[in-house]
Amino acid sequence: MDERELRTLIDDVKRGRLSRRRFVQTMVGLGLTAPLAGQMLASAGVAQAQTKPAAYKPSKRGGGGALRTLWWQGSTLLNPHFAVGTKDQDGSRIFYEPLAVWDPEGNLVPVLAAEIPSVQNGAVTKDGKSVTWKLKKNVQWHDGKPFTADDVVFNWEYAADPATAATTNGTYKDLKIDKVDSHTVKVTFAKPTPFWADAFVGVRGMIIPKHLFEPFKGAKSREAPANLKPVGTGPYRYVDFKPQDVVRGELNPGYHMPNRPFFDTIEMKGGGDATSAARAVIQTGEVDFAWNLQVEDELLKRMEQGGKGKADITPGGNIEHIQLNNTDPWKEVDGERSSVKTKHPFLADPAVRQALNLLVDRASVQEQIYGRTGIATANFLNEPKRFYSRNTKYEFNVDKANQILESAGWKKGADGIRAKDGVKLKLVYQTSINSLRQKTQAIVKQAAAKAGIEMELKSVTAAVYFSSDVANPDTYTHFYTDIQMYTTTMTQPDPEVFMSQFASWEVASKDNKWQLRNITRWRNEEYDKLFRSAETELDPVKRGALFIKMNDVVIQNIVVIPVVLRPAVAAISNRLKGAEQSGWDSNFWNLENWYREG
Amino acid sequence: MFKYVIRRLLIAVPVLAGISLVLFTILALAPGDPFEELATNPNVPREVAQALRKQFGLDDPVMVRYVRWFGSMAQGDWGFSFVSRVNVSTLILQRLPTSLFVLGTAQLLGILIALPIGTLSAVRPYSLFDQVATTLAFVGFSLPTFFTGILFILFFSIYLDWLPFIYRADIGAAGWRWWWEHARQAIMPVAVLGLFQGAALTRFVRSAVLEVIRLDYINTARAKGLSERVTVVKHAVRNALIPVVTLVALQIPTIFTGAVITEQIFRVPGIGSLLISSILANDTPVIMAITFVFSGLVVLFNLLADILYGWLDPRITYR
Repeated sequence: MDERELRTLIDDVKRGRLSRRRFVQTMVGLGLTAPLAGQMLASAGVAQAQTKPAAYKPSKRGGGGALRTLWWQGSTLLNPHFAVGTKDQDGSRIFYEPLAVWDPEGNLVPVLAAEIPSVQNGAVTKDGKSVTWKLKKNVQWHDGKPFTADDVVFNWEYAADPATAATTNGTYKDLKIDKVDSHTVKVTFAKPTPFWADAFVGVRGMIIPKHLFEPFKGAKSREAPANLKPVGTGPYRYVDFKPQDVVRGELNPGYHMPNRPFFDTIEMKGGGDATSAARAVIQTGEVDFAWNLQVEDELLKRMEQGGKGKADITPGGNIEHIQLNNTDPWKEVDGERSSVKTKHPFLADPAVRQALNLLVDRASVQEQIYGRTGIATANFLNEPKRFYSRNTKYEFNVDKANQILESAGWKKGADGIRAKDGVKLKLVYQTSINSLRQKTQAIVKQAAAKAGIEMELKSVTAAVYFSSDVANPDTYTHFYTDIQMYTTTMTQPDPEVFMSQFASWEVASKDNKWQLRNITRWRNEEYDKLFRSAETELDPVKRGALFIKMNDVVIQNIVVIPVVLRPAVAAISNRLKGAEQSGWDSNFWNLENWYREG
Repeated sequence: MFKYVIRRLLIAVPVLAGISLVLFTILALAPGDPFEELATNPNVPREVAQALRKQFGLDDPVMVRYVRWFGSMAQGDWGFSFVSRVNVSTLILQRLPTSLFVLGTAQLLGILIALPIGTLSAVRPYSLFDQVATTLAFVGFSLPTFFTGILFILFFSIYLDWLPFIYRADIGAAGWRWWWEHARQAIMPVAVLGLFQGAALTRFVRSAVLEVIRLDYINTARAKGLSERVTVVKHAVRNALIPVVTLVALQIPTIFTGAVITEQIFRVPGIGSLLISSILANDTPVIMAITFVFSGLVVLFNLLADILYGWLDPRITYR
């Protein structure tokens, strides 16, 4: 089903010729989940059906005892605008809340907002240049002061000020926020912005109180006492914080949602390792929830047998993939290798790329190495499902790879390695030190040898490989090898930022200290055009089609070889309810709905 | 004596300064920086990390940074953590009590095991008791703590389900329950560390007592008709303990560094686990402060051991 057919169907629903339910059923028949089909209708301008109330059972606030959670890295600070990683965002999220959060399907759910803005309710303008948020009334900060539009406007001023050095700066710097009335704010964008739900939403949208942070805007931001003693609007109030060890909170009696929260206290403990964290939840039940278990699936399965908890696997867009270098990593030009002024001696040949694509045995990598924690895929852009391309497929076929190379003129030499015009198919395959990655390397190398391609395996310690050290040639952004493999993370349910890593203006080079995002140095006019039009395309269906097309261009040109999707893995006690994870938001995105049963 | 102490303390100053210079240089040369996670996050503009580097003075040359660090350190200002932006002294003070409690108890346990067992082994050398004790001691100090720690967790927490393996510095309970919970969670880390220390110490006590027990004055004591108990406890052990005390004093800084791994395994929020997480985050001010404290401890306890030695053994004089 292509875009046009889909649009006709949606139109039919709009005009009443096709029932909503019928449409959803058709989509489910096509392999989409019902909420996704609903989302398609909603974003195409069909009114949303009544959202089903979350199955929250407790009928009164409190009385749930202690909620104990475990992160193998403890929070280091509790100001969401300084949050560096998930651990800080999650620690802050216990106390602070955004206007809206992303649910597992990538839909918006209001928290501090009274309703979700949309084109239908007039809150999102048709030209995509502004969005109006109505705030919930009668929300109080933990110290009793009312939450108003002034707080929201202040968060923009605070984060957008470069002197504050907020990590959320990128979300807020190009916006303009106006207060409409005491509980309404208007966000204005410089240019049409299809993805308007970044500011004040999710992990980058938590709101801090104006009355406590106003004196500490800008260069003095480090000195604010509330950086360590948060005062928010969230379900739990601050009790104690020890950096990198523990965050503790207690029930907020004035919380703005009825009967919530359930637990009397919450504890977020840090430290240790992922395996024992999994044990603490699944085997001993000492803890109710543990974050990000990078544990081999086989081990998780063994723990789950007769255990007290289970592994919760949440799809997200993070993808382990192999990048093929478009430039020559062995020739130095103007003080840098892998310079865009060069061309790779043999990876420039599409035949070699096709052969390599056929030599990566993704099914075996999933089956033998990752299990449930790595799903083989042909696409670079996989989630949310409305951006998933059905035009691609992957194949493992050594014979076909041999044929392709043979007919392209790469002949096997006496040493079994193919060569053409004196260029041998010998390449260096780089990744970080990680047992899963080394096993994957071995599988690929073995298959490549059968096709006459020799691979030298190189593994760099993660601290160096993922560092931004300009002087170190072994970082992934320098990419001084022929091919390399790592996981790119997708942090938003909108693929714009994610897909910018193939745009030609993003090429990493010495001039930008290797800080830009196009690591493969691939440059393609068609892709650039698609990306530019997606940036301003306001029609969600057209925009979705553009991103699918971008993915297809990347896959067809074999810019990268996707290996496996890496879903997030958490451990949840069998008695803990409502803790379903969203791949697009904090682990605590719906903390207020967590409760314990039995 | 007083002069000697002063002189030793004065010598310690350049030693510590030298240590700090070496540490600082190594940390500056090591790969990675505290804002690495920012640099790899596509949603954070590059200017943010650059502004932070500038604000925290990370762009200056290594020597300038070192002089600045040393200057403020000399004035008692330990700086603040790049990662949590909390003062380093606050961070260390938050964790010191837990570390002291766990390590102190472990050391005490070690001594309590080593003294009687080591002495008994020496009094009856090559007896069955001695053979068993010696074997166990060898096993004890051959097994590294990261191994015994995990073994303990698997057996006592997972198989038997008796003890918790997540250490919590603040327990939400009062009165007897507070003591009970604390004791329960401390058993495993204290036992792992204490048994390891105790094993090594047992061997040492045994050989020290063995050396003394053959001497003539012990025979004299026995000949005088003193009971075996008094002979061993008052005459032999007392003299044998002189080198043991020195050893224990010298061991204390080693325990601090050796406990790093045990703290990590049991999630004990002590200095050691702070050091590990700071190293992982490239948080230079915290790493500097903790390693500096450790080297200070080594220097201090060396001096203490020397002084104790003289106090216990009057034959030694200081000049």
